[in-house]
Amino acid sequence: MSTGKKDETEAALTGEVARGDRRKQYVVTRVLQGCAAVTIATTLAIFAVLIDNAFSFFYGQRLHEAILGATLESRVGVVEFLTGTRWAPYHAFPDYGVLPLLNGTLLITVGAAFISIPIGTATAIYLSEYASERVRGVLKPTLEVLAGIPTIVYGFFAISFITPVFIRPVFETLGFSVSFYNAFAGMVVVGIMTIPMVSSISEDAMSAVPDDLRNAAYGLGATKQEVSTQVVLPASISGILASYILAVSRAIGETMAVTLAAGHRSQMTLNPFVEIQTMTAYMVQMARGEAAMGTVEYQSLFAVGLLLFVITLSMNLLNDWVKRRYREVYR
Amino acid sequence: MSSETDDLFGGGDLSKERLKGRAFLAFCFAASVFGVFALALLLLDVFSQAATGVFVRDIDVVRFLTNSASRFPDQAGFYAAIVGSAWLMVLTVILSFFIGVGTAVYLEEFAPDNRWKRLVEANLANLAGVPSVVYGLLVLAAVVNLGNPLTGGRVGPILLAGAIALALLIMPIIIVSAQEALRAVPEGVRRGSYATGATNWQTVRNVVLPAAIPGILTGTILALARAIGETAPLIMVGALLTARRAPDGPFDSFGAMPTMIYYWADRPEIDFQYLAAIGIVVLLLILLAMNATAVYLRNKYETEYQ
Repeated sequence: MSTGKKDETEAALTGEVARGDRRKQYVVTRVLQGCAAVTIATTLAIFAVLIDNAFSFFYGQRLHEAILGATLESRVGVVEFLTGTRWAPYHAFPDYGVLPLLNGTLLITVGAAFISIPIGTATAIYLSEYASERVRGVLKPTLEVLAGIPTIVYGFFAISFITPVFIRPVFETLGFSVSFYNAFAGMVVVGIMTIPMVSSISEDAMSAVPDDLRNAAYGLGATKQEVSTQVVLPASISGILASYILAVSRAIGETMAVTLAAGHRSQMTLNPFVEIQTMTAYMVQMARGEAAMGTVEYQSLFAVGLLLFVITLSMNLLNDWVKRRYREVYR
Repeated sequence: MSSETDDLFGGGDLSKERLKGRAFLAFCFAASVFGVFALALLLLDVFSQAATGVFVRDIDVVRFLTNSASRFPDQAGFYAAIVGSAWLMVLTVILSFFIGVGTAVYLEEFAPDNRWKRLVEANLANLAGVPSVVYGLLVLAAVVNLGNPLTGGRVGPILLAGAIALALLIMPIIIVSAQEALRAVPEGVRRGSYATGATNWQTVRNVVLPAAIPGILTGTILALARAIGETAPLIMVGALLTARRAPDGPFDSFGAMPTMIYYWADRPEIDFQYLAAIGIVVLLLILLAMNATAVYLRNKYETEYQ
């Protein structure tokens, strides 16, 4: 390359290789466009595959087979799936109402949000408004480590520490009966693992608020606490809300920690001390059992997966919308 | 103090204000320490369980690292899982690196700022938010259960399928970090290259990419660190939870470190819990090494522009 450099420059100046270079430029652009197209194709493939297979859960044939003319048979009704309150695919008289799984997922998500949102927001305020450089230098990397721990490790933490050492002793003393697998342990670990998402995104948003706004409030006699909660917080609300949505979306899709911590008993309950099953935990349980292709159990994976995907996709779109709707631009 | 500011920032009692300020600071500080505290507890729990396994239950570390899955806790080891994870990482990086960096280069250096580019970027943000199980489900249907023309059966739960799921999962992370690395190369560097008559592609290949490569590699290593701990997509594609032997190649069945840990952690016998803890320690040490490499690369090759 280095020996050809001079010639190349000369040739470029005289226009000799210009045509070859333009050709190369064209080919490279096309190849790189192809790379970018892979990411679009991935999204389309997720949609296509989930819808195609979920169709067979309801109508016995996959969507593309149905389009090619296969006869449909009614299997599980869409309404029955979306409104049924009993999920028992292994039962002799199976039921496929997804609400118990949705109930499990929402129970974990709401519980986790009660931990990650207040703690994450307060952490962000401390990091952005109060902490010295030195304290930040310790806290921020520690939170990054927390975010980098694999979720399976959180699951292990839940069953080897949170449940036996914390939840059971504390709440059994208080008179609750706590089962080994329980939703509460899932809430705690999912809450902990989503703290860094809330704190880092919120802190970025708060740090972006210009000091002029703070100084103006100080000039009016505001205390530091008032500046933080009544000036900085409202000014960075779009980023803060976005961080909440991301944390909730992450909690909804979280799989291994809740599978290990909260168990595999699908039921409609708001009691955090009993065993429950989330949508994701059901998917793991079903995949572990190697359900044969073509069975209703196998197809149910895709119906649940499609529902999960649609929910997280809506959260992501909501996130986009909030960011655009409430964004304040500072110069 | 005028009544107007009283209305704005409520209350004029200074000692009360000071108390409120202190309480607020205490709450925020406690919240910040909570994360550190949780991390410390988690590490303490894992390491103490692993230590109990090694020193109290006499789990031989060498045997643990050289044996593979077994029904008997005193015979069980991590070897096949480690080899499986190593294979997965090699294939994942091959599958995701070139396409990921290519996409980043396209978006930053080639794409005109139009709807198509905004669509690709919005789609990336969305892909990054797709739960990892869903990637597993995609590969299960689109690769694992695809008809295999050679055998007449299906492709099956092969190592390559697991790598494809992981590659799709970390692709958005690689792309976004590569975009940041490319953006950090100042415009003047590109202008200088154009001034010599270089085309866009010559500029990217000879000037921009060499300057951005440390940042790109750092981002890739961090993305792989995310991939190596992923469990759910591997279970979805049918990874073996009990890997009794190391995989022979990309088309063999496989187990990996996180799936092995899940299997052990899910067993009721206490000795399997200790095995899971030791497995987690091995996984965490590998993660630590990967992160250290990334930080080292970033500090060593970081180009400073004035």
